[in-house]
Amino acid sequence: MQVIAQGRGELIQPPDLEAFREWNRTQKSRRLVDKVMSEREAISRFVSDGCYIGTELYGSVRCPMSLTREVIRQRKKDLRVCGQGVLELDLWLAAGLVKKLDVTYIGLEVFGTSAVFRRAVESGQVETCVEWSNGAITWRMKAAAMGVPFIPTRAMLGSDTFEYSAAKIVTDPFTGMPVCLLPALILDVALIHVHRADRFGNAQVDGITGFAFEMARASKRVIVSAEELISTTEIRKYPERTIIPYYLVDAVVHAPFGSHPGEMAYVYDRDEEAYREWINASQTAEGAQAYLDKYVYNVPDHRAYLDLFGEARLAELVARRMKREE
Amino acid sequence: MPSPTYSKSELMICVAARLFQDGTTTFIGTGIPMLAAMLAMKMHAPNVVPIFEFGGTGAIFDKLPTAVGGARTFHQAIAASGICDIMETAQRGFIDYGFLGGAQIDPYGNLNSTTIGEHDHPRARLPGSGGANDVGSLCWRTVAIMQHDKRRFVPRVDFITTPGYLSGPGARERAGLPRGSGPVNVVSTLALMDYDPVTCRMRLRATHPGVTVEEVIANTGFELVIPEHVAVNAPPSEEELRLLREEIDPQRLYI
Repeated sequence: MQVIAQGRGELIQPPDLEAFREWNRTQKSRRLVDKVMSEREAISRFVSDGCYIGTELYGSVRCPMSLTREVIRQRKKDLRVCGQGVLELDLWLAAGLVKKLDVTYIGLEVFGTSAVFRRAVESGQVETCVEWSNGAITWRMKAAAMGVPFIPTRAMLGSDTFEYSAAKIVTDPFTGMPVCLLPALILDVALIHVHRADRFGNAQVDGITGFAFEMARASKRVIVSAEELISTTEIRKYPERTIIPYYLVDAVVHAPFGSHPGEMAYVYDRDEEAYREWINASQTAEGAQAYLDKYVYNVPDHRAYLDLFGEARLAELVARRMKREE
Repeated sequence: MPSPTYSKSELMICVAARLFQDGTTTFIGTGIPMLAAMLAMKMHAPNVVPIFEFGGTGAIFDKLPTAVGGARTFHQAIAASGICDIMETAQRGFIDYGFLGGAQIDPYGNLNSTTIGEHDHPRARLPGSGGANDVGSLCWRTVAIMQHDKRRFVPRVDFITTPGYLSGPGARERAGLPRGSGPVNVVSTLALMDYDPVTCRMRLRATHPGVTVEEVIANTGFELVIPEHVAVNAPPSEEELRLLREEIDPQRLYI
C-alpha cells in the first residue's frame, strides 16, 4: 500500500494493539465486582498525571461534569486529551491541566468561540493541537474497539484538517482510490455519564448514544457516572439497553444531576443561567479562576456543588424538561 | 403595500430556508441552519429529514435546538443513534444536503473554522472542524452561510478546515473525495451565490433587496464571477417573518 501523504501532526497516543489485548486479558476482571465508589476515589485511582483521557458526549449534553470537576480538584496535570467535549474541556483548559490535544471542536456552539481555548492555545499553554473531524476521532475509537490498527475514511481528504492531523493517505489496494487511514485511538481512561447503571458497571443510555459505545470499548479504564443506580435484575430485563457491559468498567459513581449545568435527555434540561455564568466568567482568566474557586476548589464534592444551587432549582430543571416534552 | 421591515439575519435565514428541497435528508449544524430548517419545514418543505451528527434523525422540532446533541435534536424523532451511524450514513451517500458556517471562505468554497494565522502559532484559535469536515467531504451538496465582508471572503483561507472545490475543477475527485459532491450555494448577509460549473469559482446569483452588485463586489476579497443577469432575492414574506418571530425564535437568540 503506497503512502501518498501524511499529516504533520504528532500521533499523541500511538496504538499498541498487543498491549491492549494483554491489558484486556489481565487487567479487566470478568467477575461481577461491586465497583461503586465516590468521584474522589475513582479519579484518584484511575486518572494519573500525563494520562490520555477523553470525555463523552458533547457541548452541554450528558457530560460527566461531576467527574470533570473532581479531576480539577485533584489537580491532575499534563493531561493529553481528545477534545470534542466542550464544557469539560473548557474547565480543564481554564485550570491549566491540558498539555496536548487531539482537537475536533472546542467552542460554545450558539454562544460562539471559547475564550478559554483561545487563551490556552494562543499563549502556548497547550503544547500541541492535532486536528481531526468529529467523525475521524470517533472512527479512531471504533478502530480501537475493533482491535485493528487503523480504519479508512473518505473524509479528511484534501484539507488542512488532514495536513495537521496524524493520519495518512494511501492508495487503496482494492480499488486504487486515495483513502485516508485513521490510526486507532486507545485511551488510558474514559469518563462517561449515563442514565443508569448497576453496581458492577452495566450501563444504559437513553436517547442518542453519541460515541459512548466506541469510547467505552477503546479505553483501558472506564469511569461511569450514573444518574441512577439500578439492580442487575432490572438490567437483565432489557439487556439490549446495555451499551456498556460491566467488564469494560472500572468504577461506577452515583451522580444525580451529574451533567449539571448541562442537560440529560428525558431527565432534566440545561441550566441556562448556570451555563451563562460560566460563559461570562470565562471571558477573562481572572473570571474563570474565580468560577473554579467557587464551583470546584471550594466545594469538597458533587453533593456540596449541588447544594450551591439547591433542590428547588434542580427540581425546576426537571419540571422544564417535562413541560417541554408534553 | 409596504414591505415589512426585517433584519439582515431574518433575510439570510429566509433565503437559506428557500434552498431546502422537500423530501431530502439534510445534515444540520448549530445556529442559522437550525432556524432555516425549521422555517423550511413550516413553509414549503414539510418532509425534510433533519439529521444531527450525534445521532438525531427525523426530529419534529418543538423548539429551537441550541446544541447539536441536545434533546430537541431528537424530539419525536424516527431514530436516535450515534455519531458513527450518522457519519457513515453520509459516507455511503444517504445525506443530500449539509449546511455549514465558517470564519473564512475562498472562491472555491473552501471553509476555515480552525485558525487565523499560522496553525502552530495562531493569531486566533477558532473551534476547529467539529463535524464540518465530514459534512463538506461526505454530503452530496453543501451550502455555506456567511457574514459578507472582505475579511471573510478571502482569496485563500488561512486553513482549509472543510473542503470546497479545493484548487478547482477535478481537485475533489483527485483527492479521493466522493464523486459528484461539493458546495452548491453560499448565502451571505448581502447575496446568494452559486458556483460556475466549468471553473468551480463562486458566482453571484442574486443580491438581497436594496443591495447593489457593486456593494457585493466591494465586500468580496476575490473576483466573483458576475453573470449577465443577476436576480434579486424576494424579501421575507409576512408569513415567514411571523413564523420566525412567533414560533421559531421567540426569544430572539438569532434574529
